[in-house]
Amino acid sequence: MSSVAFAPISPRRRRVDRLARGTVAALTLLALIPLGLIVYYLLKQGLGAISLSFFTTDPSGSFLGDPGGIKSAIVGTVVMVALASVVAVPVGVGVAIWLVELGRETKLAHTVRYFIDVMTGVPSIVFGLFVYITLVLAGVGGSSFAGWKGSVALGLLMLPIVTRSAEVVLLLVPNQLREAAYALGAPRWKTIVRIVLPTALPGIVTGVLLAVARAAGETAPLLFTAAVVNATTVNLSDRMNSLPALIFQNVGQAQDRLVTIAWGAALTLVMMILVLTLLARLIQRRSRLS
Amino acid sequence: MEAGTITPAGERPNALRRSPAARLPDRLLRWGLTALSLGVIALIAYFFIRLLVESEPIFKHESVTDFLFSADWVPSKALYGAVPLIAGTLISSAIALVIGIPVAVATALYITELAPRRVRGPITLLVELLAAVPSVVYGLWGFFFLIPKLKPAEQWFADTFSFIPFVGGTVTGPNYFVAGLILAIMILPIASAISREVISTVPSEHKEAALALGATRWEMIRMAVLPYARGGIAGGAMLGLGRAIGETIAVTLVIGNAPVTGHSIFQQGYTLAAVIANEFGEAASDPTHRAALIAAGLVLFVLTLAVNGVARAFVIRAERGQRVARTPAAGMAG
Repeated sequence: MSSVAFAPISPRRRRVDRLARGTVAALTLLALIPLGLIVYYLLKQGLGAISLSFFTTDPSGSFLGDPGGIKSAIVGTVVMVALASVVAVPVGVGVAIWLVELGRETKLAHTVRYFIDVMTGVPSIVFGLFVYITLVLAGVGGSSFAGWKGSVALGLLMLPIVTRSAEVVLLLVPNQLREAAYALGAPRWKTIVRIVLPTALPGIVTGVLLAVARAAGETAPLLFTAAVVNATTVNLSDRMNSLPALIFQNVGQAQDRLVTIAWGAALTLVMMILVLTLLARLIQRRSRLS
Repeated sequence: MEAGTITPAGERPNALRRSPAARLPDRLLRWGLTALSLGVIALIAYFFIRLLVESEPIFKHESVTDFLFSADWVPSKALYGAVPLIAGTLISSAIALVIGIPVAVATALYITELAPRRVRGPITLLVELLAAVPSVVYGLWGFFFLIPKLKPAEQWFADTFSFIPFVGGTVTGPNYFVAGLILAIMILPIASAISREVISTVPSEHKEAALALGATRWEMIRMAVLPYARGGIAGGAMLGLGRAIGETIAVTLVIGNAPVTGHSIFQQGYTLAAVIANEFGEAASDPTHRAALIAAGLVLFVLTLAVNGVARAFVIRAERGQRVARTPAAGMAG
């Protein structure tokens, strides 16, 4: 081949090249080890805890006897995340629509974008602190911890994720579609509702699912908004249990049976989040945009 | 003529105009969505003000400089010095960056430049799945697996390399290093994703030019890819730093929660986020203690704000640089 015409690469350069490429590949492998270890330990420690009664009984709260199951935590997580989504998704998508369709490059739109960015960077525990100050301390709707206050904290967390992902997808909707609708005499709202949103829907759903997955795994904002209890409740003005808070509490107990419950709850939580994440990726891949 | 049959708009002004009633939904939509967006701004502003107001009792109790620069955090004696907390936050995050960023950049390089095409998708997915593991599960794993398994290795390292500053001495189970390691794993997905994005924007002309001049693959990466992607990688690292600073539950479980500044990276510490999560129960009945925790939250908020601001500046500059650099290449291609 043509390499005949050139001086061959010196052995030293060849060695450096091989060494560097080997290092990069080794570091990549290293990055995957923690995931393997976590999955291994979750299965090893968690599967033992799981049985039918694990999902159908509440934590007993007794330190020495039967520790019970995690029913209240699953119900609490589902209820609180559902309520958070009901508020955060319409608001988040609404702000994204405003940014892309109406605000565009105005000064106000840039300011809103900046504040959404700020929200993305705020640590989740600070959101919890905020809700604690404004709702728990101030005694809004009863001066105590409540499920709906936990939902507010989770909703604040979800909002920027939903908005950012929806904004990205809405920007991908081809302008020709909008122009075609306007040319046919459709008013703006009809263009947005009937043309832009349906086109962007799969991408928006992906963002929503990722936001839900993120919220379901959050512990810090729930500790002092919804607190930790044993009994199952769907009453949002009561204290509400959640999987992450239950795990956190049980780790601190230094009692083997409670720790086993924590591993079982962790396995359950990771499975729930994994399903959401993979579903989101699947929808993203099916989407025509991007 | 044909044109004559078209009615000039001036003669029938309402023919192409919607009646005010028909335009109402558009107006409602516009004002509703604008109000929503303004609401977000108002919310964040209100948020900041409330944190300021609610942390005020601590600054009546002691001065701002006392809070920020004194080293004793002893709530039982009403001493609130945030130095151990701020130091712990910065030390654990720094360790996370030192470990996490090279690995993240390596994964990004491997996926974009070196890996066979078939394994790129699966590796990307696996790295992203690290982000799906909740913080508390990392904490659980760190507490029951990482701490006991790492301790002998840490002790050996501390004894062997005791001449390095901040390494020698006794090793405690939970410590800065374990917290930093967990944080490194947690920031890996975002740092890797951003590095990957930036690296994939390196124009193939640059890479091909390097290869055509006889560079090996690694020389091509070192001379064409890394210099081009440097700004974006730095931005990704800063975003990771922002995450690490604010991470709470995983760190709370593995850093030891001792309000001291340890003498080595293998000693216990505390972070701003961990102190809030950990002492909230006991602080509920003590307004000064509660205000001190809220002030810790305020410091945390300002810290993440600053770090994210710098990160954004980096990323924006990197993007702008790319646009400038891409223009002549695109011109040549045309």
